[in-house]
Amino acid sequence: MSDNRLLQKPGNPANVVIRGARVLDPLAGIDEVRDLVVRDGVVGGDPAGCEEIDGAGMTLIPGLVDPHVHLRTPGREDLEDIASGSAAAAAGGFVAIVAMPNTTPPLDDPEGLAKLQDLARTQAHVGVGFFCAITRGQKGTELTEAAELAQMGAVGLSDDGVPVWDSLTMRRALQYQRLAGLPLALHEEDPRLVQGGAMHEGPVAARLGITGIPSESESVMVGRDVALARLEGGRIHVCHVSTVESVDEVRRGKQQGVAVTAEVSPHHLLLVDEDVSGMDAATRKMNPPLRGTDDRDALLEALIDGTLDCIATDHAPHGASEKQLPFPEAPFGVTGLETAFPVLYTDLVRTGRLPLELLVRRMSGDAARVMDLPQPTLADGAPANLALVDLGATWDVTEDGFQSKSRNSAFLGRTLHGVVRLTVSRGRVAWRRPGEAPGVAE
Amino acid sequence: MTTRPVLMDGDQVRRTIARIAHEILERHAEPSAFALVGVHRRGVPLAERLAANMREYSGSAPVIGHLDIALYRDDVGTGVPVLGETHLPFDVSQRPVILVDDVLYTGRTTRAAIDALFDFGRPPQVQLAVLIDRGHRELPFRPDYVGKNLPTAYGERVYVRLAEIDGVDEVVLSERLPKEGA
Amino acid sequence: MTRSLITLDDASRDDIERYLALTDRFAEVMQRDIKKVPTLRGRVVINAFFEASTRTATSFELAGKRLSADVINVKGSGSSVEKGETLKDTILTLNAYQPDVIVIRHKASGACAAAARFTDAAVVNAGDGTHAHPTQSLLDLYTLRRRGVGLDGLNVAYVGDVMHSRVARSGAVAFRTMGANVRFIAPPTLLPPGLAEGLGGEVSHDIRDIADADVVYVLRMQHERMGAGGFVPSLREYSREYGVGHERLRPGQLVMHPGPMNRGVEISDALADDPEVLVSAQVESGMLVRMAVLYDLIAGPVERARTVPVEEVAA
Repeated sequence: MSDNRLLQKPGNPANVVIRGARVLDPLAGIDEVRDLVVRDGVVGGDPAGCEEIDGAGMTLIPGLVDPHVHLRTPGREDLEDIASGSAAAAAGGFVAIVAMPNTTPPLDDPEGLAKLQDLARTQAHVGVGFFCAITRGQKGTELTEAAELAQMGAVGLSDDGVPVWDSLTMRRALQYQRLAGLPLALHEEDPRLVQGGAMHEGPVAARLGITGIPSESESVMVGRDVALARLEGGRIHVCHVSTVESVDEVRRGKQQGVAVTAEVSPHHLLLVDEDVSGMDAATRKMNPPLRGTDDRDALLEALIDGTLDCIATDHAPHGASEKQLPFPEAPFGVTGLETAFPVLYTDLVRTGRLPLELLVRRMSGDAARVMDLPQPTLADGAPANLALVDLGATWDVTEDGFQSKSRNSAFLGRTLHGVVRLTVSRGRVAWRRPGEAPGVAE
Repeated sequence: MTTRPVLMDGDQVRRTIARIAHEILERHAEPSAFALVGVHRRGVPLAERLAANMREYSGSAPVIGHLDIALYRDDVGTGVPVLGETHLPFDVSQRPVILVDDVLYTGRTTRAAIDALFDFGRPPQVQLAVLIDRGHRELPFRPDYVGKNLPTAYGERVYVRLAEIDGVDEVVLSERLPKEGA
Repeated sequence: MTRSLITLDDASRDDIERYLALTDRFAEVMQRDIKKVPTLRGRVVINAFFEASTRTATSFELAGKRLSADVINVKGSGSSVEKGETLKDTILTLNAYQPDVIVIRHKASGACAAAARFTDAAVVNAGDGTHAHPTQSLLDLYTLRRRGVGLDGLNVAYVGDVMHSRVARSGAVAFRTMGANVRFIAPPTLLPPGLAEGLGGEVSHDIRDIADADVVYVLRMQHERMGAGGFVPSLREYSREYGVGHERLRPGQLVMHPGPMNRGVEISDALADDPEVLVSAQVESGMLVRMAVLYDLIAGPVERARTVPVEEVAA
């Protein structure tokens, strides 16, 4: 990971030897209990003089990658900034995150990108990359200067937060992709079908008197964009797939050879609309909304069979007071970086529904691949991007336990298995669990 | 439950009611000229029995009313929202009212009953008849007709049980509390 | 834990019967010359109406005053709410006056549940968005009960704008809890998808399906929640297809309406003026039910009373 797309603050290369952990790297075909050396920030080499870390009983995995986070910078640094967001990532075992451009103002020009890259070079605890907007101001009409943005190191283009509602603009973006080459990450939502909805349309919304967001508001746009990608020979990445209908569209596109990838969030894999009954916006209001049990089950199936390529948290920090508004008036979004791996491990791996190896692939290598980022590996000679996780240990998700500046987690109150003890990102120690102090590594 | 000494048995209860009826008639010669108003709950059957006695002795009976005082209590919010019925089938301003209750204790019920009564009119006279006066008054009330004075300790409880509600006529003393209907 | 009345979703049949029995007692009080009792003297009831209301606000105010509570009315317009203060800050401010009850009406579903997190007072939902309106449902039940109508096995048909109706949502839950059968009759555009499964009951688009209803509950067309049109082609066509008038009713069917009525839209002018329609009885029941609710929330649950000794009750 040494290109100009992922940026991290400087630090001393790590020299550690992790003794006796289960080293698990599905990409490299490694799964054995052994020592692993990080010498001058690179995997392998001579352990002499390295800091000794006892990894007995723990699992060492390639660092996780999140192609979809919101760092609220610029504009709402009170909710999250590059330092706090990347610290949350490090604490969650992530070594690379890509921030969405729906900031204030939206990131849609080279100057804005340069400023954020400068911030990341001095503040980021892990590799931070940036999406730039597909359209100026994310208004859905005029394309941004994608070629220059690509040369500067933008990871991809996205209007996330709002859809590219205009079909002609979407077609032009796909045509222009041949020049700029950047993946298009698409927030799929027909705004007319959504019309003020705040949760999944269905029996629960009908009972609660909350305007519903129909599943088809997402899938018709996925269908449209798969068709346009086929037409233009373009490549699209579908953000936060939430419905069985969208899964079907992605699956059909892949079968027909369209270059479409897709992600799914932990909360859509684990929660459903019935969980909204308490009408608590802080923990249960997000877009796309929590769907039905059929959707949830189809998402897991699609994640396993590869129709959905990877997991993305859609980490979306919000302030306590705005989230305490009545449900329909509160903003969408939940945080996720610090809970993603432990909650999926607890609810899917420990229950036998998802193999650990597959969870690691979908959160690490596959998540990097969809954005053409280098895939973290524990193979000798690779830059050290890894997380040491104590899968036997548990922790309680509480409001005061986050590195993120925000507390709107969907999993508050849960006890989760899987404690990230150590994260090494791009050869630097990015996180040590307090108790194995210091916390966020300097 | 601790043992509950019987202070009055059925015969004593019935004889006492009869005596109160006589005492009221001594001071109100014409029963049809005044009203007996039972305080919900056990004051209600007591009033009815007093009236029946009077009819037997004098050939006529007073008009009977019921008064529920829950809405007039000075301790709303302590968990007593059961509301009984208030039924006063006469013009309260036109005749003397004799309030009838089973036990006179702190006097707070009597205060509430008088307040409630005055929302219906301004009676020319209000008197109070009780089966048991157990003392410990917290307000300056004195009954006009008393079945029996029973000096009690503070922690003790006096239960008047009447056949119409409880299936038996008796007055018992207890240190602990039977559940209602027990 | 403060008791509140936010929905009837969790209310048991016994809970509802308790409210109806209490309401009966207050009906008796209202027949007295002096229609005011000192019960809630010194208690503070704040009516916080963030959304316009005439009958609900009036009946809560009168209910509080008849119980001798100090009643304060806070309206959405002209208050700090209009200056952009959040619901949370408004409730925190009101809470500083140490009210016993805050009655809330708000345009957003879930507003009362959100508000209840910021006050020690009991919260009464006087209508939150399109979610719930529990006192309306209690007064509807009481209105029928008072007429001697049995609720168990009763067939109730809600007709009209179910989508935007908190009256229908709370009512369906309450009627079904009491053993009644509920049917929703509306144009497909005014029925939220999943309604039958979410609330229980049947769904129909044919007005003729009111034929076997004992109670025809006509809902108000809520123009103000409709936004830029689209739900029905015209009010004229709506009225033609779903408007309720004498010609669509058979003798003996009871007609209810939560008010205010759009005459000539969901209900014919002649039917609106028919004394057999229960609208004014509903209004009368409204204040009684709200007295019962205020009394119940402040006086405490009846279960506790049962453990209080007989003599103390009497003393």
